[in-house]
Amino acid sequence: MKFRNLATSLALSATLLSAQAFAELTIGFSQIGAESAWRSAETESIKSEAEKRGYTLKFSDAQQKQENQIKAIRSFIAQGVDGIILAPVVETGWDRVLKEAKAADIPVVLVDRGIKVKDNDLYLSKIASDFVFEGKLAGAWLAQETNGYANIVELQGGPGAAPAIDRKAGFGQMVEQFPGMEITASQTGEWTRTKGKEVMEAFLKAQGEEIDAVYAHNDDMALGAIQAIKEFGLMPGKDILVVSIDGVKAAFQAMVDGELNATVDCNPLLGPLAFDALEMAFNGKDVDKWIVQKDKINVQQDAAEMIDSRMF
Amino acid sequence: MLTISDRKEKTIVLKEIMQSRLFWPIFVLLLLLAFNLINDPSFFAIEIKQGRLFGSVIDILNRAAPIALLALGMTLVIATGGIDLSVGAVIAISGAVCAYLIQNEIVTSTPLIILAGIGVALIAGLWNGILVSILGIQPIIATLILMVAGRGIAQLITGGQILTFDHVGFEFIGGGTLFGIPFSIVLVVLTYGVTFLVLRKTALGLFIASIGANPTASYFAGIREPQIKILVYMFSGLCAGLAGMILTSDIQGADANNAGLWSELDAILAVVVGGTALTGGRYYIGPTLIGVLILQTMTTTILTNGLPVQFTHIVKAAVVILVMLIMSPQFRGELNRLRTNKTKEII
Repeated sequence: MKFRNLATSLALSATLLSAQAFAELTIGFSQIGAESAWRSAETESIKSEAEKRGYTLKFSDAQQKQENQIKAIRSFIAQGVDGIILAPVVETGWDRVLKEAKAADIPVVLVDRGIKVKDNDLYLSKIASDFVFEGKLAGAWLAQETNGYANIVELQGGPGAAPAIDRKAGFGQMVEQFPGMEITASQTGEWTRTKGKEVMEAFLKAQGEEIDAVYAHNDDMALGAIQAIKEFGLMPGKDILVVSIDGVKAAFQAMVDGELNATVDCNPLLGPLAFDALEMAFNGKDVDKWIVQKDKINVQQDAAEMIDSRMF
Repeated sequence: MLTISDRKEKTIVLKEIMQSRLFWPIFVLLLLLAFNLINDPSFFAIEIKQGRLFGSVIDILNRAAPIALLALGMTLVIATGGIDLSVGAVIAISGAVCAYLIQNEIVTSTPLIILAGIGVALIAGLWNGILVSILGIQPIIATLILMVAGRGIAQLITGGQILTFDHVGFEFIGGGTLFGIPFSIVLVVLTYGVTFLVLRKTALGLFIASIGANPTASYFAGIREPQIKILVYMFSGLCAGLAGMILTSDIQGADANNAGLWSELDAILAVVVGGTALTGGRYYIGPTLIGVLILQTMTTTILTNGLPVQFTHIVKAAVVILVMLIMSPQFRGELNRLRTNKTKEII
C-alpha cells in the first residue's frame, strides 16, 4: 500500500516536472480575427497543437487590424517568448516590428499568407497553401472528368485578391493543355453566394446549355451557382459539372446531395506544420522559406464518409 | 398640314418632355437597352419556365429589387437633408435574425418570421431616428455607428458562419412567384406604389421635402420635424429589412459578412442618378427607380457580354459620370452654346 502511494506520487511529480520543462517554451500567436469558420479552424488547430506538444500559447486576436498585430508582436517580444506565429492581415508594413523580433532572436513563422519585406530573413518560414496548385488541381480533375472536352465558365474571387489571381492562373495553365477545353466566360462573383448566383444567371442566359462546367474560386460562389443552375431547369453536378475550392462543410453537404462534383481543400489546419518549423529552428536546422500545405481534391463519391470529420 | 403654331406647340411639348425629371434617366436606360438589342436581341427574350417568367430583363428587375427598396427609403431620408449609411448593415441584421429563428426552429410560421425581420429593421431605423432628431447627431455620423456596429451584431447572431436553412414559406419572398412574376418584383412595385400614394395623398410628402429645403420655415409653419425624421429613418430601416429578407431568402442563407455590403453606396448613387440633391428638399421617387434600373442593367449587361473583370468598375463609373453630365442642365446649356457658336462660325 505504502509503495503504491509512493509510486503514484513519484509518477505524479515526474509528470509535473516534465510538464514544467516543456512549459518553459512559450509561443506567441497573433491571429487576424475570427471572421470565418475557416479562420476559427486555423486558430483551433494551432491552439490544440500547442497543447499537444506542451507549449504555452499566448493568443492575441487582432480584430482585422495590423496595428493590433504589431502591438501583439511587441508585447510577445517584451514577454520574451521563444517563437512567434503570425497570420498577417496585410502584406506590407512588417519590416520594423520583425527587425525587433529578429534582434531579440525570436523566430517568426507566417501562416496562411505571405508578406512583402525587404529582407526575407526577417521571418523564418511561410506556411501556406499554393493557390496556383489549387487551381491546377481543379483543372486537372475537370480535364479527366470531361475527357478534355468542356466549355467552362469561371467565377472569380474578388478582383485583385491574391488567391483569385493565382487560382485563375493555375486553372488556366491546366486548361491550356487541352485544345478541347475552353473558358467561355469569366467574371467576379466577389466570393459570395449572392453574387455567384447572379453571375451564373447571366452566364446561363448568354450561353445556356452549352455550358459543361463551372469552376468557382471558392465554395460559396459555387453554392450560389448551383442554385442558379437549378432555377434554370438543369441539374447541377450532372448537366453542368461544378468544381470549387476551399472544402467547407456546406460544400461537402452539396456533394452528398449530388450537386457539387469536387472541391479542392484549402486546409486551415496549419498547426502541425507551424510547430514543426519552429522546432526545427529551435534545434538549429534549416527551414524552407515556404512550406507548402499539401492540398488535395475531394470528390463526390467520398463526401458522405468525410463530411462528419470536417471541422470548418 | 402643319401650321406654324402647330409646329411651335409641338416643339414646346417636346421641350417640356425633355425638361421632365424622368426624361434623361429614361433616355440613358433606353440607350443601355438599345445597346443590348443591337448586340444580342435574345437579351429581351422572355419565356415561361417552371411557371415563372424567365429572361435577362426579368433578371435585371429581380436583381435590382433589393437596391430599389433601399433607394426608396434613402430618397426620403436624403429629402429631409439626411443620409442613411446603415442600410447595408440592417440588411445583414434582418437576414441574420430570420435565418437564426428558422434554423433553431424558434419560430416556424412564415408571417411571424417576416414580422421579426421587419421588427428588428424598424428598431434599427428608430435608433437612427432618435440619434439624428432627438440627440441631434449629424446623420452621416449617427448612421455610421449602426453601419459599423450593425454588421457586428449580425455576425454575433450568426456566429460568423453562413446560416443556411430550408423553409418553404420564407423562401417565397426571394424565390417565389406571383402570377409568374418573381415575388421580389411584386414587392418592389407594391412598396413604391403605396409609398407614392401616401406621399401624394397626404401632406407627409410635402412635410418631408420642406424639412429638407428649409428647416426654419418648416418649424415656424408648425411641422413636427423630429417625428417626421424618426418616421423617415424607420421607413428606411423597413425598406432595408425587406431587402435583407429578399437577399437571405434568395440564397437560403444569411451571410452576415457580405450580405448588403456597400449596398448603401449603390442606393445613394441611384438616388443621385435619379436627380434628388444630396442637400435635401425636393425628391423624385420615380427617377430613383430608373436610377436603380440603370445601375442593374449595366451590371447585367457587363456580365452577359463578358467584359474582363478589370474593366467593370471603370465602365460603370464612366456611364454614371455620363448620366450625371447629361442630366445637368448647365452642362447641356454649355454643349448647346458650343454647338451654336460653331454653327455661327461656319456661317
